[in-house]
Amino acid sequence: MSDIVLPDDPAFGPDVQVDYPGYRSTRFRAPDRPLRTLPEELHAVDGPVFGEDALGPLDDDLTQQHDGEPLGERIIVSGRLLDEDGRPLRGALIEVWQANAAGRYRHEVDQHPAPLDPNFSGAGRCLTDDDGGYRFVSIKPGSYPWQNHPNAWRPAHIHFSVFGPAFSQRLVTQMYFPGDPLIEYDPIIHAVRDPKARALLVGQFDLERTEEQWALAYRWDIVLGRGGRGTTPLENR
Amino acid sequence: MTLPRTPSQTVGPFYTIGLCRRAENALDPDGRELAGMLIDGAGAPVPDGVVELWDAEARLWGRCGTDSSGRFSFRVRGDARSLDGYVFARGLLKHQRFRIEVAELNAEDDELRFDIRMQGENATPFYEP
Repeated sequence: MSDIVLPDDPAFGPDVQVDYPGYRSTRFRAPDRPLRTLPEELHAVDGPVFGEDALGPLDDDLTQQHDGEPLGERIIVSGRLLDEDGRPLRGALIEVWQANAAGRYRHEVDQHPAPLDPNFSGAGRCLTDDDGGYRFVSIKPGSYPWQNHPNAWRPAHIHFSVFGPAFSQRLVTQMYFPGDPLIEYDPIIHAVRDPKARALLVGQFDLERTEEQWALAYRWDIVLGRGGRGTTPLENR
Repeated sequence: MTLPRTPSQTVGPFYTIGLCRRAENALDPDGRELAGMLIDGAGAPVPDGVVELWDAEARLWGRCGTDSSGRFSFRVRGDARSLDGYVFARGLLKHQRFRIEVAELNAEDDELRFDIRMQGENATPFYEP
């Protein structure tokens, strides 16, 4: 396992190591040339803005998209979208996708012999509110095996895609669940070498937001870079 | 106050569930075609990637997942000068930013061609975010 999960290295900070060797598929896909410096005038370019027409009526409730309810543990996942200065980012499009409770994606490539759920598609969208808040109702995704190394299993996770106001603020990431024993063995989360940064990918159980007799709740805030809009010059980051 | 940024993670192999629910590859439905291949460091097409393009001047955005042969295609504004883009893929832990100067592209039968090569001497120039 030694090359699957490398030792912590806080020097990486919030940056993921794109050529992390433990995640085999990086080998031919991670850029192998130094990144170019972005021309100054492109730092603060606005990104696309999505309106309500980007959303379907039940896009924020993954348990209501079919005739029946999906199997699994009902969950509420909510949080705030902020920039590094703590400012809420309003009206931002958040897209999520996930496996069903058995650890199976509704995708032709997924060959895991676990059942599909006819009542679960596993995709959602929402726009952040005036306080940067978002909220999805779903079911807890299952863990599933993959081919990366012998006996490899992904910890349960929800994929998140986020558009900030600046083009540079684009983020795609994954939220994990607290206490998941598979996190320790997962090369994808460990490609984030700084343990403090890695902890930011794990949602927190949120008793206050659970709904009695109905659903558990997890809280997960998402912080985007300044996207060239902040007051701190790039070289001081 | 500075909050720590949330790190990036790969889109994984199943991103079409969340990112390709609608046809979104026409920035300008009446525009010209811009197409290309996403190619890995071994020279193989990447069938599980997704490309986003942003025409900032006209505020037009589009997205296209690669097909089984690694191909993507868009319709872009006929007089677009430059486009900003991101590429995402399974095996790519952080999306990579690129820029297209339309005047520098080859065009065949009026189809603009822009391949994205992840690695090697002919790799697409990627930019710091």
